[in-house]
Parts: sequence; C-alpha cells; structure tokens
Amino acid sequence: MELIINGTPRRVESEADTPLLWVIRDELGMTGTKYGCGAAQCGACTVLVDGQPTRSCVTPVESVAGLPVTTIEAIGEDPVGRKVVEAWVAQQVPQCGYCQSGQVMAATALLKQTPQPSDEDIAAAMTNLCRCGTYNAIAAATRQAAQG
Amino acid sequence: MNAITPPALVEALALRDALPEDRPLNLSRRGLLGASLGALVLGAALRAAPARAQAAAAAAKPGTRVPAFLEIRPDGAILLKSPFVEGGQGVSTAMAQIVGEELDADPARFTVECAPPGADYLVVNGMRITGGSYSVRSSYATMRQLGASARHMLLQAAATRLGVPPESLSTAPGRVVHAASGRTLDYGALATEAAALPVPEGVALRAEKDFRWIGKPVARLDVREKSTGKATYAIDMAVEGMLQAAVQHAPRLGGEPGAIANEAAVRAMPGVHSIHRLPGAVAVVADRWWRARRAAEALEVTWTAPAAEARNALPADFSSEGMRAALAAAPGPGNAAETEGDAAAALKGAARTVEATYDAPYLAHGQLEPPSALARWNADGTLDLWLPNQAPEMFQRVAAQLAGIAPEKVRIHSPMLGGFFGRHFLYDAANPFPQAIQLAKATGRPVKLIWSREEEFLRDALRPMGLARFRAGLGADGMPVALEAEAVGEGPIGRYFGTKPGAADPSVVEGIAGKPYAIPNRRVAQVPVKHPAVIGFWRSVGHSMNDFFYEAFLDEMAEAGGQDPYALRLRLLAGKPRHKALLEAVADLSGGWKRGPYEAADGTRRARGVAMASPFGSEVATIAEVSLKGGEVVVHDVWVAIDPGRIVNPAIIEAQVNSAVALGLSSALLEEVVYADGAPQARNFDGYPILPPDRMPRVHVRIVESGAPMGGIGEPGLPGVPPAVVNAVAALTGQRIRSLPLSKTRLGAA
Ligand code: FES
Ligand code: FES
Repeated sequence: MELIINGTPRRVESEADTPLLWVIRDELGMTGTKYGCGAAQCGACTVLVDGQPTRSCVTPVESVAGLPVTTIEAIGEDPVGRKVVEAWVAQQVPQCGYCQSGQVMAATALLKQTPQPSDEDIAAAMTNLCRCGTYNAIAAATRQAAQG
Repeated sequence: MNAITPPALVEALALRDALPEDRPLNLSRRGLLGASLGALVLGAALRAAPARAQAAAAAAKPGTRVPAFLEIRPDGAILLKSPFVEGGQGVSTAMAQIVGEELDADPARFTVECAPPGADYLVVNGMRITGGSYSVRSSYATMRQLGASARHMLLQAAATRLGVPPESLSTAPGRVVHAASGRTLDYGALATEAAALPVPEGVALRAEKDFRWIGKPVARLDVREKSTGKATYAIDMAVEGMLQAAVQHAPRLGGEPGAIANEAAVRAMPGVHSIHRLPGAVAVVADRWWRARRAAEALEVTWTAPAAEARNALPADFSSEGMRAALAAAPGPGNAAETEGDAAAALKGAARTVEATYDAPYLAHGQLEPPSALARWNADGTLDLWLPNQAPEMFQRVAAQLAGIAPEKVRIHSPMLGGFFGRHFLYDAANPFPQAIQLAKATGRPVKLIWSREEEFLRDALRPMGLARFRAGLGADGMPVALEAEAVGEGPIGRYFGTKPGAADPSVVEGIAGKPYAIPNRRVAQVPVKHPAVIGFWRSVGHSMNDFFYEAFLDEMAEAGGQDPYALRLRLLAGKPRHKALLEAVADLSGGWKRGPYEAADGTRRARGVAMASPFGSEVATIAEVSLKGGEVVVHDVWVAIDPGRIVNPAIIEAQVNSAVALGLSSALLEEVVYADGAPQARNFDGYPILPPDRMPRVHVRIVESGAPMGGIGEPGLPGVPPAVVNAVAALTGQRIRSLPLSKTRLGAA
C-alpha cells in the first residue's frame, strides 16, 4: 500500500488494519508522533490527514492510503506550523513534552482552518490531554500564533 | 547557606544506607533465570550496594571532578552531564543556569543530559535520586562550586597559553579575556588543556548581587525540540537488530501463566518471533510493536491463582471499597508523630468539639509516556539498558542482580521522561526492565518492551488510599484549643524503607503533622494498616491528600467556632510571620479575601476557599474560586503564593505551579483507582479520567522569596488545591465533601 507522508510517497507493508501511528513510528521510523493511550483518549498521536487532525492510534492505515498525511516531522515546512512552533517556544509551553507533538499538530490544523479563532474555537479544537497541565500555556500560544 | 531539610524519601535512603551489611535482603541473589522478578524493592536495591561506599571508594568527592560533568566543544557548545533526569520539571535548565553562572557561560549554550551511574554524580547527600523536589536545593552549592572550578581551570589554561599571570585574566561569557592586551580566548579553544589540569579547591563564588542567570526567567533548553517532535524518550529508542515486545500480565497480581490455549496460532501471526512465559506475565516478541501487542493480547492464558507464599499477591476479594472500610475500622490511638500539650485533657475541657473523618482514593500516575525498556546484551557480556528512571544507580544495581553480572557491566541510559510524578522508582512488579532483560537474553537480540496503556494501568504503583479521623476542641471564644488526628494506612516510606517500631511513617502523616497553626494541644498519629496493593510515590506523596484532610477540617473548626476561615488562619498564624505574610500575599493576589457566595459578572454564583501547606521545604498558600454547573464544580481561578525561600528560575516555578495545580485539581475532581476482585477496573483514560483542557482554571502565581533555606518546586503547588476547592464548594453549597474525588458527589447550590 502506498502512503503520502509529508509529501513523499512511501510504500508500506504493514497489515491493512494496523493503526497509522505504528506504521509511522515503527515501519517508517518517525518517532515524533507519540503513543499515549492507543484508544483515542489523549491525542498524543495526532497527525493531519488531508488537513484534518486525526488520532492516528485508532486510524487503520488502509483508510489513509493515497491521502496526504502530515506528521510533526514536517511541521517546519508549513508556514502555519512554523508560526505555531514559534509561539510554543515563545510561551515556553512544553513541560515533559510528551503530548506536545500532538498539541502542535492540533493547533496547526485549527489555524489552517480558522486563522482567527475565538477562545471558544480554541477550546473546541484543543482537546488533547496534557498530564503536565500545560493547558493555559497551550491556549496562550495558540492565540499568539493566530496573531503572529 | 542554611541547612535544608531533606524530604522523607532522602532521609529514608540515608537511613537504609547506614544499615549493617548483614541485614537480610528481600532480593533474590540468584542470577537471571532463577531470579524472583517480583522481589524488587527500592530499599533493598539501594541496600544491596551502598552508594556511599561507592562514593567513598572513588578518588574524588561527588560533584567535584569537572571533566566528569563538563565537556566544552571547540565551537563553545557545552555538554553538561547532570546528576538529574529531566521530565518536565526544568531541572536541566536549572543546572545549566547554576553551572553557567559560575563558569561564566550562557545557559543557552548548554546541552544537558542525565549522567550515567557513577560515584561522581552522587550529589544528593551522597546518593542520587531525582525526586522529593530536592534536586536543585540539594545540589545548588555543589553545582555552583563545580562551575567555579571549571572557570578557574580555564583561566589557568589561558594563563599558560598566553604566558601571563592568571590574575591578569578575566572572563566574559564563553571566553577568557586579557584586558591589558585586548586578547581573548574562547573556552572551546582552551577546553582540552583545562580539562587536564587538577581541579582546584575552594574557588571563590560569584557574589549573588552579580547573578545574571540564577534567579532569572531563563528559557528552558528543551522547549524547541519538544515543540517539533525531536525530543526522544525511552519509548523512542532504537538499536540495530532490535525486536519489540508486548506483555499481557496476570489480571490479579501474583497470578502466574498456566496453559496457553492458542500458542501455535499466535506464533503464526505476522511478525511474531517468539512467545515467552515470564513471572506474572506472558510476552510476545515480534519485529514491530503493534504486531507484538496484537499477538500478546490474542494469547488465551489460564492464570493460576497466586501461590500461598507469592510476594505481593492480591487477595481475590481485594477491593478499594473494602480497603476504605478496613481503614475506617482500624482503631487508634496509633503511633504518635507529633504531640504538643495534652490534647485529650483539652478536648475534655473544651466548650465544644468537632469530629470528622476524611478519605482519599488510590491514584494512578498517568504520566503520558507509557513505561518501556530497551535491553541489549553485548558480546563482551555487558548489558545496555535504556529506561525511564529516577535513580540510575539503583536501577543498575537491581538490573545487575537480575542479569547475574557485576553492576559496572550494566550501562544505564536515562532518556528524558514523558512525565513521571514519582512513577519511575523501583517498585514491585511495576517496572518493565526485568522483563526486557529476560527477553533479550532469551532471544539473543536487543529487545524493546513497551507496556500498553492498559498494562500500565494494571501494574502502576499507586498513590495509597488514605483516611484520617479528626477531633477538635474549641474554646468559648471559638478558637481551637485541641486537635487529635489519626492518619490511617501505609505510605511508601514505611513500605520501602521501614519505620522504627512505634514510630509513625512520615509519608502517612506529612501535611497533618508539621502544620504551622498555633493550636496549643495536639496529637497527630499514624494508625498503621498495610495496603495489599503495590503503593508508590506520587507527586507530593502524603501531602497530596493530607493537606486536604487537615485544611478542610480546619474550615469545619472555623465554622463550628463561628469564624471566617481566612480570619481564623490569620489568627492561628499570629506568631508565624513567614506563613502569615504568605497568606496575606495570596489574599492580595486574589484581589482581597472574600469567601462568598457572591454573584460574578457573568451571573454565576461563586465562592472561594483557602488552604495552606508546608511541603518539601516550601510554604504555599492557595485560594480557589468555584461555581456549579449541572451538579459539577467549575473552578475558575486558582491563586497560589509560594515561598520557596530562594529561587533559581521564576518562569520554571510558575510553570511548575501551573502543572501542580492541574494535577491537584485532577485528583480533587476526577481521579480514583477502583479495585474490585483483586484487579483495577479502569485500564485506560476512558475509565480513569484526568483533567481535560476545558476544566483547567486560570492560575495566578506570586513568588515570595523570604530568604529562608531553599525549598522544593515540583511538588509544593499541589497539596493546597484540593482543600481550597473543597472549602470553596462548602462555602457555595453548604455541602462538606470529606471523600475525594468530587465527581462521586452530585453538588447542589445551597
Ligand atoms: S495515543 Fe492516540 S489518542 Fe492517545
Ligand atoms: S507536557 Fe507533559 S504531557 Fe503535556
């Protein structure tokens, strides 16, 4: 099966029902996307599929064949992604950092769809868990990225 | 600097360390194959190889040998091998600030990694742990001196190179300057010569008034890599030829794998390399983790009931509900931890008395990175281990015993932690690395074992459930004259290090004992009751529930005495200027104390609660504002005034307080590990909800530097949050919640 990962076609041989997360991490060796729960609970595994924030731990790889998949590894290639990262750095968002790939991907997806989000838009889109409680910094950085 | 008080954990480690060599160990000394993998305990691990002896045997005092810590590259980049592991608490940045200040090097030029095991790094009272909110305060003086020594060596090297007296040289960040001739030499160009010089002693330190980085909100060093997915954790590690493994544990701790009904079918699943029986678990090794996991879950295992002598076996009927009843039924008076005056007599003579019983549940750590371990046996008989840990030497010692090799043949790699909160000490049956060692041995290949989130919920070491009984006596004026408190249960200090006969376990009473209030007659005791479940350290340990018990009951005393809870605290702190000032600071931060209920601008009815705590050498005062929505509490704002005495990085303190507020609130609102029939009922975050973003309050922090000895930062923000919230709920609704989490109770407006 052929995937389009960060703009590059990649042939993969994992079973069709393998979660996209594990194809990315194990078969493609890109470990920026994280495993937190495997059950669509935490969002650590968030990637963009055709621009939509997607919890890759419950996404069978066959369902994204042929669709553009963006992972955190390509965040610097996207102008919105770059703005989000700069805001994350400016606001010093990460603590342990484990959830932050997913948070940055979720914020990037939001701002690509809604460049000027309201606080309600941010609350509705930024639902990933952070055990270190960086939620206020995440919201502040998302607002900053929208302005920047 | 004044002496700082070590947390109970460090004291217990030191005590354990001092025990005579012939004390029996719980740990199997047999080699790998016969080893009892369940018999790992923190205390025994340390006991088996006194870290102090190692340190004494080494040539240099820990924390002094500059080349063991610092490597300055030709381009001026600085690698610091830190004694501590970074897990979000900011300790790597703090170490760069402290060393950089004295070295005269910008912390931004530092790369910090956790040092391997070694006597040089035993800088925490001759030991090494990352825990107890103790890293910075325990090593502050040592690491400053280390930076100063390194700068001195660079000056010496430059003097030789330039042929000028060292006194004629000074430094600017990253370089040595010869002002008379205008010549400069970058540190990077001097590093090799400097490293070969003897380490000087007693080099003078920089005056505090001249600090450029200590005390400043220096940016954390790892934020960009963590914002771009480049930070690597144990779970991300890979080595050549590596296989991956997943396990299925016995649902009830102590059970052993019996028959596997479908072993042949599972062996034929894609990518499966082999199937293994381990103590208390079955494992599948495969080429990739998902294949290993799917196969491990597919195994149809008959689990045998725990053998009579099985260590830590959970009874078939063990339940958290039954445990709560057992704690409630355990009679006092228990082992006294704090006695002042004559509480019993004062209670008899009191104008009125108040009584209440409080409890809090078992909790899971829920750090977002599931545990893992990568083990590689090498051709020369050595073993490499990559694993999350808060104490490299202890893990090395236990790994060596399990592997049947000498400790120095085990290389411990300690990657950044995806959260820890006390999760990554050695606990019975709670660490994956013994399984990884065994699987790597059995397969002859490097093996990375990852526990799924479900296996993690099954085997996490729990924050113990706790219960406390209070009786207070009030005078005719409504002021407390007597307090009796019995904290019932067991804590991780007692479990892993033991307590002297008749003495209270500090991790059971901390936050009930040691309060600052002037109540003249007091007795605080522990009523020991063992937990069948494996317990562990959890952010702020006993304080995580005890300050809730105490501060909520203090509000009950205030109410019984017809006093405002804030005013009563102020009166009880009249003789404690540091605490009184802090309480006033948090009131000021919140715009002035008002309890409510009152109507907020948005029309909601709100109220506030206040609480104080004295955890880990710091002092904290907390106010929370709440309203209700659909029978649930909404926490709008939390104000925290924290006095850690002296500080290294105010931005990190503010971040840590935010983090501690989130975890404290999560525990107050939502968290509870429920056991039934010997097994935890929740196996993922759907059954064990943690604080989601939409329940996070605004957090306002004021740092008060009183100049007292430096206290901790990672944990102290937590204990005040549950009582401040519960006291606010009582002010709003009249409902006095004495059992957490709040989600068990439907709240209604008064
Ligand atoms: S790992 Fe996918 S949502 Fe948690
Ligand atoms: S930063 Fe640690 S889980 Fe979010």
